Amino acid sequence: MTAVNLVIADAAVIAKRNVIKIKRVPDVLVFVLISPIMFVLLFAYVFGNSIDIPGSNYREFLIAGIFAQTVMFGATFTGAGIAEDMQKGIIDRFRSLPMSRSAVLAGRTISDVIYNVLSLAIMAVTGLLVGWRIRGSILDAALGFALLLLFAYAISWIMALIALFVPSPEVINNASFIVIFPMTFVANTFVPSESLPGPLKAFAEWNPVSTVTQAARELFGNIPAGTPEPTAWPLQHPVLYTMFWVVGIVAVFAPIAVKRYEKANTK
Amino acid sequence: MPATPAVQASGLTKRYGDLTALDGLDLTVPEGSVLGLLGPNGAGKTTAVSILTTLLQPDEGSATIAGADLATEPQLVRERIGLSGQYAAVDEVLTGFENLDMIGRLYRLGKQRSRDRARELLERFDLVDAGDRPVKTYSGGMRRRLDLAGALVAEPPVLFLDEPTTGLDPRSRIELWGVIRELVGRGATLLLTTQYLEEADQLADEILVIDHGRELARGTSDELKTQLGGERIEVTVDSPESIDAARAVLAGVAVGDVEVNVATRTLLAPIAGGVGSLSAALREFESRTIAVSDIGLRRPTLDDVFLTLTGSVPEPADSTPDPDQPTTEPEEVLS
Repeated sequence: MTAVNLVIADAAVIAKRNVIKIKRVPDVLVFVLISPIMFVLLFAYVFGNSIDIPGSNYREFLIAGIFAQTVMFGATFTGAGIAEDMQKGIIDRFRSLPMSRSAVLAGRTISDVIYNVLSLAIMAVTGLLVGWRIRGSILDAALGFALLLLFAYAISWIMALIALFVPSPEVINNASFIVIFPMTFVANTFVPSESLPGPLKAFAEWNPVSTVTQAARELFGNIPAGTPEPTAWPLQHPVLYTMFWVVGIVAVFAPIAVKRYEKANTK
Repeated sequence: MPATPAVQASGLTKRYGDLTALDGLDLTVPEGSVLGLLGPNGAGKTTAVSILTTLLQPDEGSATIAGADLATEPQLVRERIGLSGQYAAVDEVLTGFENLDMIGRLYRLGKQRSRDRARELLERFDLVDAGDRPVKTYSGGMRRRLDLAGALVAEPPVLFLDEPTTGLDPRSRIELWGVIRELVGRGATLLLTTQYLEEADQLADEILVIDHGRELARGTSDELKTQLGGERIEVTVDSPESIDAARAVLAGVAVGDVEVNVATRTLLAPIAGGVGSLSAALREFESRTIAVSDIGLRRPTLDDVFLTLTGSVPEPADSTPDPDQPTTEPEEVLS
């Protein structure tokens, strides 16, 4: 077997282990599935009636933003999972085995995509119930979901690195709030970026959370005809710009995280 | 390479800021033998094992394990070792079978071989009935057995057991000793760390006593005891007033200084004449009517060795080391 095949085989073993754990500890899954429902309902009914975007249906505008925010929070599971493995010493076991050095992190980030697939499915159904519709082609919509998943996958490598430095699930959960809330609020997720004040507007326009949201909106056909074309380049090319970030984040954070894993002695 | 030891390390050094966890430690484990690395908490035992199992990089020093160089061929080292840690590193949510199967896959034994091996080991470690239950339902002893089984999955030539029985109740400890003895009987090469003297005495061919990351002594259990000297008479007198008289009696048969512990009214005298010296002392006590509540011949235990070498009694498993703390001396020892 080639080196790449070995990484894939080892990562698959780790991913399988994580999937067994998801099945055996269903309470985690319950919260994974309830919180997106809560987000959709809260935003749809609390803000949905008070925020008015001319020429648009706010609920429809909102759904892609909630999707983006929720999959970003999904990356927290990667951090929490790695932190737990560090605390319990099982990382030492893995590190003493002749397995591929990147497999533990690769397997973890891959298996955590499952959380996001499930929460996207639940949110989509809830969204449909409150009036959200896919108005483009099914293929485009599928691309939209795929882009959200890729983006979340990239973020989970950042969380993996944080967890290797701060191996405490509690700290990871709090730290991710501090990072993810500003990232997802200073964006066009819940309000149009044009309405933000100067510096925040610039940040929002170049924020990849905005562009993944914008891309999903476009691909779901949730941008009504007559909406003015965005002026910032990233928002004009949201798929391309988001993919730059996805590739960039993985290219930078995956090697650093693997390096860190190699030295991650827990004792 | 028949003459090459299974584990050979020299000058292992690891520093954490001002703290030197390992200070130029050398060790050798001949093939098929058991080296007991003995030391109090914080002596550097786990650091040594972490380095030898590739988990930690030493600041200085080198090692070869089963013919593979630690620094340049770490992946080869990993193929040839099995590690069982102080904190049973098995996944609590997975079953015993799933844990062993996963380890087999990661040693790249292949699907079928991993499964077969997992079943074999569950059987051998008396875990068949528990094999399909999540590990979190296991007792401490069962977890340790599973963890040890995990180290054996790929039948590696060299095993590292880091405090395999720390925290276990006496029954589970004796059970695990049985398992380890069986491994040794099959010719495994083993490096075992422990803070229990009895464990080193029971299991190790050679003992390396370390503290503050440095070697204090090495040898077989008997050699270490001999180093400390031969037999002694231990006497406990009935009343504190007889201590001086008793000391005078013992001085007559002793070959060195008589140790006196006033608090326990116990006297300890090194002798050379064995039972003869004992009965001579006994006759003297009788003729001088010194009431003795206990008298006997005592051979040094490994505890004595440890006490002499480190100046402290080994600590219980759950206490934390404090390098700045003065070592505890036996109370009021006069000599």
